[in-house]
Amino acid sequence: MADKVLMKGNEAIAEAAIIAGCRHYFGYPITPQTEVAAYMAKKMPKIGGCFLQAESEIAAINMVYGVSSAGKRVMTSSSSPGISLKGEGLSYLAGSDLPALVVNVQRGGPGLGGIQPSQSDYFQATRGGGHGDYHMIVLAPASVQEMAELTVKGFDLADKYRMTSMILADGTMGQMMEPVSLDFDIKPEPEKPWATTGTKLEREHNIVNSLSLVPEELETLNMKRYERYKEVEKNETMYEEYMVDDADIIIAAFGIAARVSKNAVNEARKQGIKAGLIRPITLWPFPKAPFEKAVEHAKAFISVELSMGQMIEDVKLATSCKVPVTLCNRVGGMIPDPEQVLKSIIEVNNGGVE
Amino acid sequence: MAKLTFKTDNCKGCGLCVDACPKKLLRLAQDKINKKGHHPAEITDPEQCVGCASCAMMCPDCIIKVER
Amino acid sequence: MVVFDKPHALIDVPLHYCPGCTHGIIHRLVAEVIDELGIEGKTIGIAPVGCSVMAYNYFNCDMIEAAHGRAPAVATGVKRADPENHIVFTYQGDGDLASIGMAETVHAAARNENITVIFINNAIYGMTGGQMAPTSLPGQVTQTSPYGRDTKHCGFPIKVCEMLSELEGPEYLERVTVNSVKNIRTAKKAIKKAFQNQIDGKGFSLIEVISSCPTNWGMTPQAALKWIDDKMIPYYPLGVYKDRSAEKEAE
Repeated sequence: MADKVLMKGNEAIAEAAIIAGCRHYFGYPITPQTEVAAYMAKKMPKIGGCFLQAESEIAAINMVYGVSSAGKRVMTSSSSPGISLKGEGLSYLAGSDLPALVVNVQRGGPGLGGIQPSQSDYFQATRGGGHGDYHMIVLAPASVQEMAELTVKGFDLADKYRMTSMILADGTMGQMMEPVSLDFDIKPEPEKPWATTGTKLEREHNIVNSLSLVPEELETLNMKRYERYKEVEKNETMYEEYMVDDADIIIAAFGIAARVSKNAVNEARKQGIKAGLIRPITLWPFPKAPFEKAVEHAKAFISVELSMGQMIEDVKLATSCKVPVTLCNRVGGMIPDPEQVLKSIIEVNNGGVE
Repeated sequence: MAKLTFKTDNCKGCGLCVDACPKKLLRLAQDKINKKGHHPAEITDPEQCVGCASCAMMCPDCIIKVER
Repeated sequence: MVVFDKPHALIDVPLHYCPGCTHGIIHRLVAEVIDELGIEGKTIGIAPVGCSVMAYNYFNCDMIEAAHGRAPAVATGVKRADPENHIVFTYQGDGDLASIGMAETVHAAARNENITVIFINNAIYGMTGGQMAPTSLPGQVTQTSPYGRDTKHCGFPIKVCEMLSELEGPEYLERVTVNSVKNIRTAKKAIKKAFQNQIDGKGFSLIEVISSCPTNWGMTPQAALKWIDDKMIPYYPLGVYKDRSAEKEAE
């Protein structure tokens, strides 16, 4: 077993990105993700990389667009209001089929909101974030170890499918310290013959572009992109199941909400209630399969979220509303505690909540 | 003596070359219409052309080749 | 002997610009400079949003289409991806560079980002059909200033070279025009210097090219070139606004 080091979630992301071969980081300070930038600012100059504090989140995501066009691994990180600003760039990255890694350490919203943890950017992340038909691969870590692992994975998937991978974390994940193993299996980066690195007068010029004025052509481009998305859905969906096989009451939760829920499931089991947990690790593509299977024996589902109920819609879709799905939530920077989740499990088990 | 070659079908008939010629040797051919539907530029008296390339330099569509 | 022909860095396809639009002249000058400096194989151009949005179809070097106004940020990324081997230029209009992308422009200049910016100022939004630009002249009639630009209501035009010259960052700023053979020669010299500065690692060079828009100005190509002399240049005087290397030598 490899040596473990004690790290903050945000720092684990930064170190894992460097290990994955990322040598370009652009960002703009915003709480609670600034440690990523600070770590990069310290490290990058020492390893021949580039850290640059951009004039805005808009500029940062467009610098990412530039490096990605030139075929190199690149990332940016921000928190909710900053991700809204990056929305334009996310759409252009998708329209130009460019790989990138974007980290959102979510805070409470809307507007300036607060600086405490939140999961209320679920819709924004899983439905694309900017204008137009597109998806990002959305990865939801629930430990500092996963912050690091999913960062490496995110770069691989981004390159493989020419998409943006988003790490959708929250303030708790970013700030918490846990032991991490940084021993990763680093795959070689794929060739990028489409990149704009100069023709060397040896090939036709490459064009990185999202403009397509002929409707038939734009339609075809979109259709092809969605065929690629289907491959992602087929190959890359990730989730964790916990005591689901015989469960009557199944919780759906990701990130910090899943950690809290696991405690509640354990407590419910002690009290004789057959509770279980499905934890989506990819939020897009959403893991429908375990829900489709579980709905055959479960009496009810509870979506535990740090939002007013966003993932609950995907849970209802995945279970085809065959059994009741209820919401257990806190918002505004508050986190549900295991007691609240347990109470919800007991109520649902008694048939008390619809 | 100089030689001008026009990519006539790319001419948009803007006439900037006509004004640029110091010897006033160019005109828009009112009796001709190119693929784009414009009266294309042409040289009236090739013998007089010194190949200064002023016309080519003014042409926004880069349709004039100049040889000397 | 061929004394003038289409440069290699310009692809042999018809341009989509209106008759008499000087975008084509400026495209050609950039391409000629790329040819003369022998840098086509390592050059990456960034196209804007606006009339020259499809510039990526015209240059033989690698090209990127940026979001509206973001070309300097994209150029920053491309340059930083491989500073030794990439020559990077942006080609931007006045709406792109001086309105929606002003922050990206100012900060790329302030960082002295080692890129070349070709800035086309024709005092109007061409592609969307002739609306007021950040550089439209006081009193200028456009689709969105139908009674003439009222400076009390919507302020004054932005003089980009003058404004950027106050920054310590940029290496080179020059305003030129292309409304005569003589001015075209000067413009080419300026563009060449802007690329040479990048090759020499000197930093941010911006060439503002006063350009015409016969269609949206509502005049013939000939009258438009005269309008540059009569109206544009008095407001936007031509010349070098900053040349840090020359200043240093003078000291």
